[in-house]
This record gives sequence, structure tokens and C-alpha cells, in this order.
Amino acid sequence: MSAIEEGFVLKEHLPALIVVVPMVVAAAVAMTRNNRVAWAASTIVTWALFVFSAMLLAEVTNVGEISYSLGGWPPPYGIEYRVDIVNALILMLVSGIGAVVMPYALRAVDKDIHAGMHPWFYCTYLLCLCGLLGMTVTGDAFNIFVFMEISSLATYVLIALGRRREALLSAYQYLVMGTIGATLYVIGVGLLYIVTGSLNLSDIAGRLGPAMSDHSRSVMAGIAFIFTGLSLKLALFPLHFWLPNAYAFAPSFATIFLAATATKVAIYVFLRLYFSVFGAAISFSQFPVVEVILVLSLAAIFTASFLAIYEDSIVRMLAYSSVAQIGYITLGVAIANKAGLTGSIVHLVNHGLMKALLFAAVGAIIFRVGTDKLSKISGLGFKMPVTTAAFVVGGLSIIGVPSTVGFVSKWYLGVGAVNAGLWPVTLAIMVSSLLAVLYIGRVIEVVYFNPVCERCVKVKEPPLSMLAPIILLAIATVYFGLDTSFTGDIAIKAAEQLLEGLKQ
Amino acid sequence: MSLTCLLSSELILAAILIPFVASIIIPIFHRAPNCREAVTLISALALLVVVTDLVPYILSGARPEVLDLDVVSGLGISFKVEPLGMLFALVASTLWIINSIYSIGYMRSHNEPRQTSFFVCFAVAISSAIGLAFSKNLLTLFIFYEILTLSTYPLVSHKGNNAARRGARVYIILLLGTSMIFLLPAILVTYNITETLDFTPGGILEGKTDNATLAILLALFVFGIGKSALMPFHFWLPSAMVAPTPVSALLHAVAVVKAGVFTVLKVVIYIFGIDTLSSSGQADWLIYFSSVCVIAASLIAIRQKNLKARLAYSTVSQLSYITLGASLATATSITGSVMHIVMHAVAKITLFMCAGAIYVAHNKTEIEELDGIGRLMPVTIFAFFVASLSIIGLPPFGGTWSKWFLAIGAIDSGYYFVVAVFMVSSVLNVIYLIPIVSAAIFKPLPGTKDGEAIKLKEAPLACVIPICLTALGCLIMFFVVDELYNFIGLIDFNVGVGTGQ
Repeated sequence: MSAIEEGFVLKEHLPALIVVVPMVVAAAVAMTRNNRVAWAASTIVTWALFVFSAMLLAEVTNVGEISYSLGGWPPPYGIEYRVDIVNALILMLVSGIGAVVMPYALRAVDKDIHAGMHPWFYCTYLLCLCGLLGMTVTGDAFNIFVFMEISSLATYVLIALGRRREALLSAYQYLVMGTIGATLYVIGVGLLYIVTGSLNLSDIAGRLGPAMSDHSRSVMAGIAFIFTGLSLKLALFPLHFWLPNAYAFAPSFATIFLAATATKVAIYVFLRLYFSVFGAAISFSQFPVVEVILVLSLAAIFTASFLAIYEDSIVRMLAYSSVAQIGYITLGVAIANKAGLTGSIVHLVNHGLMKALLFAAVGAIIFRVGTDKLSKISGLGFKMPVTTAAFVVGGLSIIGVPSTVGFVSKWYLGVGAVNAGLWPVTLAIMVSSLLAVLYIGRVIEVVYFNPVCERCVKVKEPPLSMLAPIILLAIATVYFGLDTSFTGDIAIKAAEQLLEGLKQ
Repeated sequence: MSLTCLLSSELILAAILIPFVASIIIPIFHRAPNCREAVTLISALALLVVVTDLVPYILSGARPEVLDLDVVSGLGISFKVEPLGMLFALVASTLWIINSIYSIGYMRSHNEPRQTSFFVCFAVAISSAIGLAFSKNLLTLFIFYEILTLSTYPLVSHKGNNAARRGARVYIILLLGTSMIFLLPAILVTYNITETLDFTPGGILEGKTDNATLAILLALFVFGIGKSALMPFHFWLPSAMVAPTPVSALLHAVAVVKAGVFTVLKVVIYIFGIDTLSSSGQADWLIYFSSVCVIAASLIAIRQKNLKARLAYSTVSQLSYITLGASLATATSITGSVMHIVMHAVAKITLFMCAGAIYVAHNKTEIEELDGIGRLMPVTIFAFFVASLSIIGLPPFGGTWSKWFLAIGAIDSGYYFVVAVFMVSSVLNVIYLIPIVSAAIFKPLPGTKDGEAIKLKEAPLACVIPICLTALGCLIMFFVVDELYNFIGLIDFNVGVGTGQ
């Protein structure tokens, strides 16, 4: 076989490789005893996955949807991997964030994880990555559950590896909540399987309409189980309680990676099922689904933002901010017109970017100062100017200041709300960004206005391997806020595609 | 000097990039203050050259434009120079030079900390002011409006003490808050109605919407543009008094409040269209409201004991003149408003630089401490007097003309009471400005006897020269009004009636 043909074969199997490669390498990494080798292998794999995702995205935009039958079994009997513009974007986000922050891991993991545990840490990271990519790429309801469990179990371990003893407790807390969520999800899938006889998503979408007329109770129960389970995984208010602790006590690299990707993938599954499966088969207008999502989103935005204002630990503050930002994403789902849903999808990516930036900056602060307590980092702006400046960029993006990615999301959500005639929602979006001014402003005041505190006197910038990803993320936050020809256009196409299937 | 090698589009980009690049170069010379200040001065000069080079294009009727960067689908950053923006850019770039010279004198003689970050933020603020002036659409304008707010926040909080922190907090929350809660929704609604945000002669809202929506939009815009300091969202201006004086000059004259009223004018002329606005009658409430603001702010100014606070409320009042002219929505009243941007800028920067000079030379901030200080600083107090006369609107100073056109505009549109408002306000201006001068000249200096020889003690030369220049500017403005009037006449109001007198 010539090299070119091999290339073709490789390209054909990309949807499977994107899952198989990290899984195999994870096993290999677990067997090595060398920390540096483990890191290097994970980095190379992550970068390769990023390239794979980019190739898939290019393929999807140029050629169209890709359907891949795993093991050669045709759908709906075998497992189908299905890549379209929506999940290709999510694959790019997950692998892209991983690729950018892997250099950061080199020193951060040295500090956070006991030396003997490094290979295990990278192994679970790769498994987590594998699970997240698998959830995104698969077009099979049960396969989603399998990858959800792979990523969740890996996540529990990642959190538990944190140095503080509370890490164990938070991991346990998340384990309980996460298991409940996954169980609810699989019960829902089971109910739908009983009435439709299928696990393939597009097949379910086709069979659900007829099934609804015969077994409407089972279908509704199934959908309710699935959405509740997913809401737990994506930390939709009020099912978000596991999130602040999990982020606060996990090793900082794990926090960055999970905050930027894990909830985003759960939201993607939510979007996919909501629009392409259930929304395509059943008209939601007869149930108060939109109203429920709208109310929960607004409650998430305001409650979590208020909690963030009073938090002393920056990591926890950012975690609450994440809950609020997830509220924005689900808000776009409730608005459910093109602009609103574009806002949701673009915010998926944008929020991933800016939260990665913010958690990376705070991680660097913890790396140098040893704490993320606001009361103990006064005057840090003069000691770590680049890191704090990057934090400010991310903060401005959370506020939604123009020329950052946050503004782009806010604009689309605002246009969507105005289009839909939802005036109170428009106002709520604007007022809530003022709450972000308060909690970000608090950090800015402490690091720039207070005199340099004792423990910060000798602090300097983090090593280059940590600083470079931070700077890169900060540049991306501004760049994608000014030029949205990449993120924005894909999000618009994705929104169009999702809305296409929706039954009125 | 002319840069014939550059295209008009390159000139526009150069104008925005020069101060921005300066803000990147300045930190390099952190340890060499002379080089650092040279960078500021050279880029200020370069900016003025570039901006003046754009003027012939405007005079010849061209409206050069450049760039089309999609920030959201179909909408984005692009620039187009028209006479109103040209004029604002000219004011900002001219005053940047003067203010830079003054800043150097002020910051050095006062040994202020963090001078590098001061000059960096100053340059970014100028860059965003120029970007705002040359915006082709409302979204671009909004982007630069917010960058201007953010870049001036470190300037307002420059002193870094608790008072500065509190003042800056009010500043950022009021400006960001109004722009997010009122201005951005106004822009979104406009976009939803018209599907464009381009500044178009004659407006984009004509015939697209009903009167009630027009009234709501107008309210959202004028209150949302917090930088125009219309009551009750004017508190940020007195709060920002904690900033060093060159920053106050930047806020009051060079860029910030001028960016606010400039935005109001842009929105009235190119988004609403003055015909649409005046024929709908939906701006009536704003005429009454801004009249009240003119008087109320002047009355508050009289009660202020702190010199800078008094000047701040004076600004609030003078800005309401401009909003008033915009709400009258006739070609003449808007000509008056535009002229007032220029006239007030020149006069107010003089007053603030005088206040700063007094602070630098004698560490005095309260009005009651200024008795007899004219004997120590005759040049400064004379300049203060000249600028006061211009603010009051007496010939032969520039302020005369803007008030004249504003009053003519009011008479044209039948709002005679507005003329009365202007008269009363002028009297109030006399009351709050002239006693400062007369006390400084005629009251004896505390601790000295009559006839005793007093040694002059002016502020450093770098502070005095800019003051003299701008005071002279107040005078010159009176005589170049013809050119100014003709230039403003180039603004395309797109109305049936001619704008000629």
C-alpha cells in the first residue's frame, strides 16, 4: 500500500481514531515509570488529536456530514459515529484547549501531584479526554453513556489526586452526584429503547413520533430522565452543587481542562438530544420545557453571580461564574431562534476559552503564591504583571466588554432575545453582566490597589511553560472577539443545522 | 507638512494605530523618562499631522473609509471619516499635544508614581477616541466607547489610595453600567428594526418604527451614553476628580465627555435623522429635561467649594447645552452643538490646567484658599479669566459663537424659553467663575501686607506654556468661526431646508 493510500485510510477512520488513540496511549502511559515520558506522550497525543479534529472540521465544512460505522456494522444495528459541523466544533474546542494547556501541565503537575503518581495522572487525563471526545463524536445514545462513564470516572480520579485532603471529599461528592446523573440518563435511554427499539440517535428521532402516540407516558418519562441526568452533568442550576468544590480542590491543570471542556461536552449532548432527536420528533410547545429552561437559566445567572461576588477564593468565585455562564448557554436554548442559539454555541466555545484562561492565570498565582484567597494576594499586580493582566483580559471577557469573545456571545444572545420579543431577558442579560463587573472588579482592586502583601513580596512570574499558554489564551480571547469569521460563522451554521430539525 | 505617499485609508488606520503603537513603545523606556516622554510627544505630533492630512479629503467632499472586520455576522469594525468625526479627531489630537506637554510638567514636578502606566493608558485612550471619531457604524463606535472607558479607569484611579479607589469605582460602574443596560439594548433594538447600524445621512430609522419606540430609543441612547453626563448619570464626573489634573483635562476636554456628546450627536444626526426626530416631536421631553440639567448643574456648581469639583459641575452643565442643541434637532442648533464641543474643549482644558498649575505650584485645591493668588501666578489667573469669559460666552472669545448658534436654533424651532435658559445659565456661569478670579486678583494674599513686594511663583514652564496656548486658542476661536461654520456645514444632515444663514 502506498503512502497516499494509507493517508486515505487514516482519514477515513478519523472518527474512530479520535477515540482509540487516546485510549491506547493511556494504557501505555500507565505502564511507564518516567514522568517526563508520560508527559511527552500525552502532549503528542493531544496535539495529534487537535490535528485530527481540525481535519474532521475541514472535511465536514467541505464535504458534509460524516457517518462512520464502527466495526463495519451498519447503523442502526451497529454503533454509528456521526460528525457534523456542530460536534466538529466541540471536538476542536476540547482537543484545542487540551493542546494549548498541555505545556502548562509540565510544571503545574510537578507541583500538584506526588512524583510517583504522574503517569497515573496523565493516564486518567487521556482517558478523560477520550471519554469527552467519544461523547461528542458518537451518534448512539448508549455509547454516549459509556463514554460519559469513562470521562466521569477519570474525572473523579483527577479531582481526587489534588494535594489537599478536601480533594478526596469533593471527588466523592462529585462521584455520588455524577453517578446519579449518569444513572438517570441510562434509565431514560432504556425507556426510549423499550418504546422505539433503537439506540441510534437519528433512528430514535425517526421512530419517536409514532411511539409517542402509543406510549406517550414512557416517552415523556424517558425524556425527563435524560434531561435531568444531563442537567446534573452540565451543572445546570440548581444541580450545580458538586461543581465549586470539584474545581476548587482538583489539581490546577485538571481544573483548567475540566472547566473548559467537561461541562461543555455535556451541554453539547443536551443540545443534540434537544434539537436533533426529541425536538425533531415531538413538538415541545405543548409542554412547559422552554419556560423551565428559561427560568432555571436566569436563576443560574443571577444566583451564581451573587455567590461569586462574596467568594474569597478566586477559584471558587470562577466556579460560580461558570455556573452563571452555563446559564447563558442554556438561555440561548430557551430563546430558540437562530441568533439566540448561535449565541449559545458561540458561548460554548468562548466560555471554554476564557475560563481556561482565567483558571490558568489563577493556577499560576497558586503555583507562585500558594493560595488563591483574595485576602492574601494583595498587590500581586506589581509582582506578576503578565499573569494578572491576562486575568484581567479574561475577566473583561466574562463581563462581555467589546473586543473580547464575551461580547460576541452577549451580542448574539441579546439579538436573539430582542428578536423573540423577550424584553425582560434582554435586560437580565445586561444587568447580569454588571454583577460580573463587581466580582471581577474586586480582584482587580485587590491586586492593583492594595499594597503588596508580605507573602507576595518575593513572588515572580511563573515559568515560561506556564506563561506561554496563558498569553496564548489571552490573545485568542481578544482575537476571536474581534474576528469571528471562524467561531461565529461555524456557530451560525451549527445553529441553523440544529434548528432545521426542530419541529414546531 | 503632508504625507502624500499615504492613501486616505492608510491615514485613517495610521491615526488609530499611532497612539496605540506608542502605548506599546512607552513601557520599553520605563527607566528612561526623557525617551519615554519623547515617544509620547513624537506620536502626538505624528497623530496631528496624519489627522490634518485627512482634512483636504473631507473638504473636497470625499468620505474615505477603510477596513471591514466582522465582529458579529454582517457587522463589524469599519471606519469612515465624515466632517463631525473629523472635527472631533482634530480637537482630540490637537489637545493631546498640549495636554502631553502639560502632563510632563505636572507629573514630574509633582513626583507622581507610576508615570509609565499613566502615559500608556493616556495613549490607549487617545487611540480609542480617534477610533470612535472615525467609526463607520454604531457597533464600532460602541467598541471604542467601551475601550475608552476601560483605558481611563487606571488613569482615574492613578493615585491608588482609598479615595481614588472609591472614585474610580463610581466612574467605572456608572459608565459601564449605563452603556450596558441602556446603550447596548438601544443598539440591539435599532439593529433589530433596521438590520443595519451604519451611520447614514438622514438616519436609518425614518419610517421604520412608531413614535413610542422612537421616544424609548432616544431615552435609552441619551441615558445610555453616560459619558455625555446627562443628569442623573453625571456622578462619575465629580467622582473622577480624584484623578491627577491632566487626567481631568483628558476627561473634560480632550476625549471622554466629548466622546459622549459626540456620540449623542452622531446618533441624532445619522441614526435618528434630525428630520425624523423633529417631525415626530419625540425629542420634546429631552429639550425640557436638558434645559433643567443646564440650570441645575450650574446651581450645584455654585455651591462647590473645591475648585475642580466646581469645574466638574460646570462641565455637566455645558454638556447639557450640547444635548439640548441635539434635541432641538435643527441644522442650526446642531451646528451650535458641534461648535460647543470645540469651544468648550478649549476653554475647559484651560481652566483645568490652571487648577492643576495652582495645585502644583502652591498645593491648593479649595476655592477659599485662592485669595490673592493672582499676585503669585498672574499668567495662570489671567488665562483662567480668559477661559471663564469663553465659558460664559462673552466676546471676543470662542464660546460666544456656539451659544449664539444654539440660541438661534432654539428661536428657529420656536422654543423661546430655551433662549431664556441660556441667559440664566450665562449669569450663573458668571456667578460661579468670576468670583474666583476677582478673589485671586483683588483680595490680599494671606500673610502679606499691602504694597509688600511679592515674588512670582508660577508652575513649571511645561505647565504654563500649554495654558497660554489654550487661552490664546479661546481668542483665536472667536475669529476663525467662519471656517469652523463652513466645515460644520459639510455635515450631511439630509434635510430639505438649507443650512445657510
